[in-house]
Amino acid sequence: MKHTKLAAAAVAMAMTLGANTASADLVFPSLDYRTGPYAPNGIPFADGYSDYFTLLNERDGGIGGVPARVLPCETGYNTEKGVECYESTKGEGALVYQPLSTGITYQLIPKATADGIPVHSMGYGRTSAANGKVFSHIFNYPGTYWDAASIIVKHIADQEGGDLKDKTIALVYHNSAYGKEPIRTLEELAKKHGYNLTLLAVDHPGQEQKSQWLQIRRERPDYVLMWGWGVMNQVAIQEAANIRYPMDHFIGVWWSASENDVLPAGDAANGYKAVAFHGVGSGFGVYDDLKKHVVDTGKAAGDGSNLGTVLYNRGMYAAMLASEAARTAQEIHGTADITPAMMRDGMEALNLTEARMAELGLANFGPEVSVDCANHGGPGLGAIQQWDAAAGTWSLITEFTGADRDVVDALIAEDSAAFAAENNITPRDCGA
Amino acid sequence: MSPEFLYTIEVILNGLMAGIMYSLVALGFVLIFKASGIFNYAQGVMALFAALTLVGFQSGQIPFSHLINVMFGTEYHHWGEGMNNFLAIVLTILVMIAFAWLVEKLVLKHLVNQAPIILFMATIGLAFFMEGFGDLMWGANIKTLDVGIPSGGSFWWEDVTRTWATEGSEYYGMYIDVLDVWATGIAVALVIVLMLFSQFTKTGRALRAVADDHQAALTVGISLRTIWVIVWSIAGIVALVAGIMWGSKSGVQFSLSLIALKALPVLILGGFTSIPGAIIGGLIIGVGEKLFEFWVGPLIGGATENWFAYVLALFFLMFRPQGLFGEKIIERV
Repeated sequence: MKHTKLAAAAVAMAMTLGANTASADLVFPSLDYRTGPYAPNGIPFADGYSDYFTLLNERDGGIGGVPARVLPCETGYNTEKGVECYESTKGEGALVYQPLSTGITYQLIPKATADGIPVHSMGYGRTSAANGKVFSHIFNYPGTYWDAASIIVKHIADQEGGDLKDKTIALVYHNSAYGKEPIRTLEELAKKHGYNLTLLAVDHPGQEQKSQWLQIRRERPDYVLMWGWGVMNQVAIQEAANIRYPMDHFIGVWWSASENDVLPAGDAANGYKAVAFHGVGSGFGVYDDLKKHVVDTGKAAGDGSNLGTVLYNRGMYAAMLASEAARTAQEIHGTADITPAMMRDGMEALNLTEARMAELGLANFGPEVSVDCANHGGPGLGAIQQWDAAAGTWSLITEFTGADRDVVDALIAEDSAAFAAENNITPRDCGA
Repeated sequence: MSPEFLYTIEVILNGLMAGIMYSLVALGFVLIFKASGIFNYAQGVMALFAALTLVGFQSGQIPFSHLINVMFGTEYHHWGEGMNNFLAIVLTILVMIAFAWLVEKLVLKHLVNQAPIILFMATIGLAFFMEGFGDLMWGANIKTLDVGIPSGGSFWWEDVTRTWATEGSEYYGMYIDVLDVWATGIAVALVIVLMLFSQFTKTGRALRAVADDHQAALTVGISLRTIWVIVWSIAGIVALVAGIMWGSKSGVQFSLSLIALKALPVLILGGFTSIPGAIIGGLIIGVGEKLFEFWVGPLIGGATENWFAYVLALFFLMFRPQGLFGEKIIERV
C-alpha cells in the first residue's frame, strides 16, 4: 500500500514537472480545426498562427534565440476533442493555449488554471475573464464580446445622430454559449439608450433560418446584429439579401466577418458590416517577410492562398501577441527558456506599442495593447469594417473606438464576482 | 384580409417549401432503404460530395491538387476555365454512378446476408470516409454554387399579395424565395420521374420486386447486386439535386452533410419505405415546425425548429410506428 502511494506520488510529480519544465523549444499548441463543418474558418486561422511562428524561426531564429514549435491538434470545433487535445499536449511544455472555441475555453478555464498554464481566448470565450483578479490564467485581450456589442451599438448611435430611443435592434445569434454572450450587454445598453431589443436564436448549424428572417421582414428592425459562426453566417447574409434587408444596417461580430461569410451571397452582400479588432487586407510589411521566408520557401502551413484574409490575419495576430508575450516573459525572468508560469507573467505584463508594431511590420494593424494584473481584456477597442462586393475586399470605415466602459466594466465585475463566489476564489490583490 | 392572417399564410407557404427541401434529402434515404433495407447514414455526405464534385467541374479545379502539389512540389490548381453547367452535371452524375458501383463492389458485396445493423454501421464508416475523401479531393474551403437557378424574394408575388391586405394596413406583401419555388418544381418532377421509372420500366419493376421480397426476386433471376448499383446511383442523383438546392443557399461547404438531420424526422413521420411518404412527411414537418416557431417560439426563446420536428415525428410514431405511409412490419413466429 505504502509503495503504491509512493509510486503514485512519483508519477504525479513527474507529470507536474513534465507540464512545467522548460524544453528546448517554446511550445505553442494550436487547437485548430481543419476538418468538419467549421473547417473553412479554422484553416485560415490555423495557417496564420503557424506561419507567423515559422517566420520567426526562419527570419529571427525563434523568440529570443529559442525556436518556437507549433503543436497542432485537431479539435473539429468539438468541445470534448478540444479538452482531449489540451490533456494530450499540456505535458509537452505548452506555454499558452489558443482554443479558438468558446465552448472549449469554458472547459479549460478551471483545468488550465489548476495546471498553471495560461489560456488566450482572443476576442472570444468567457467575457468576464477580462477580470484578472479572478481569472489569473485566462486572458481575452485585445477585446471581448461585450466590448464588441457596445462598440456596435455606439456605431449605430453615430449613424442615428446619437439617438436610439424607440429604435429596434434585433440580434440573430448562434444558440450556444458563444451566441448568447452579448445578450446581457445589449439588454443593459437597451435600458440606457431606450432601444427595443429583439432576440432571434438560430440552432446549430444554422443551415435553415427561414423563420428568423420572416420575423425580421415582418417586424422590420432598424438594425440587425449577428453573433454567428460557420454556415450560419453565410445563410444569414443570403437570407438578409433575399428579403432585401439593407446590408449597411446588418452588423456582425468579428467572428461573422470573414470573406467566407460574404462571398457565397455575391453582390447582394455588398455593404455588410462587422466590428473588427485588427486591420484588414495584406498591405502590411510583415507580408513581404511572410512571402519571402515562409511561402516562397515552401514552409507555409497552407498553400499561401489565405494570406491577407480576415481569419488568416487573425491567426497571425494571435501568434504575434503570443510571441510578444513570450519575449516579455523572457525579459522579466532573464531567461530564454521560459515556463508556462513565466509565460503567464509575460502575458500579464504585455505592452505592445505602435512603435513595436511598426518594427514587426504591422504598423497600424491594430490598437496598442497593454495588459495588467487586473485587466486581462486589453484595450477593448474596435473599428467597423465594411464589405465591398465589387472589389471583393473589406475596409475599415471607422477609427478604433472604445466600448461603453461604464456598462461593460460593471457587467464584468458582476459576472466575475459570481464566478469567484461559485468557485471559492479569493480575488487577487492587484494594487490600486 | 388582416396582415396577421396573411402572415400565417406566409409562414405556411414557406413551411411547405422548406418541407420540400427536407423531402429532397429524405428521398435518397427512402430509395435505398426500400430496395435494400439499409438505412444509409451517408446520404447527407453523398449530397455534399455530389455538390463538391459539381462545383469542382464547373470551376475547372484539379481533383487532389493539394495532395499532388505537396507530393511533387508543383503548383497546379485548375486545368482551365471549367465547363458549362450541363456538362458539369452530366459528369457529376457519372461520378455518382461510379461511386455507387464502388460501394457495391467494395462494401455491400461483402456484407450480403449480414444483419441490418452491420450494414448501417458500414454506411457510418462510408460517411466518414467520403467526408475525408471529399476534403482531400476538392478542399475544405467554401465554394459558391451557381447553376443558373434564380433566388431571392419574388417581387411579383409581393405585389400581388400586397393588394390582399385590408386597406390602410401596413403590409409589405408576402415573401417567397424563388429558389424554393424552383426546388418545389424540381422535387415534383423528380418524384414523377421516379414513379414512372418504377412503374413502367423493366428495371423499375425489378426494383419493386426486390423491395417487396429479396428472396423471391432472386429466384426469378433478378441480380441483387445490379439492383443495388442502380438504387445507389439513383440515390446519388437525388443527393446531387439536394446538394444543388441546399448548396445554392449557403455555398457548398462541409456543414451541408448535416442536412441529413433535417431528413430524419421526415422519415420517421412519412415512413422509410414510401416515396410519397417522404414528400408528405416533409411538408408536414416543414409547416409544423414553422408554425410552431411562429406561434410558440417567441414565448419560449425561439430556436424551436430542430427539436420540434422530432417531437412532431415522435407524436406520429405513437399512433403509426411504421410512419404515415410505411409498410406495417408483421413478424410471425
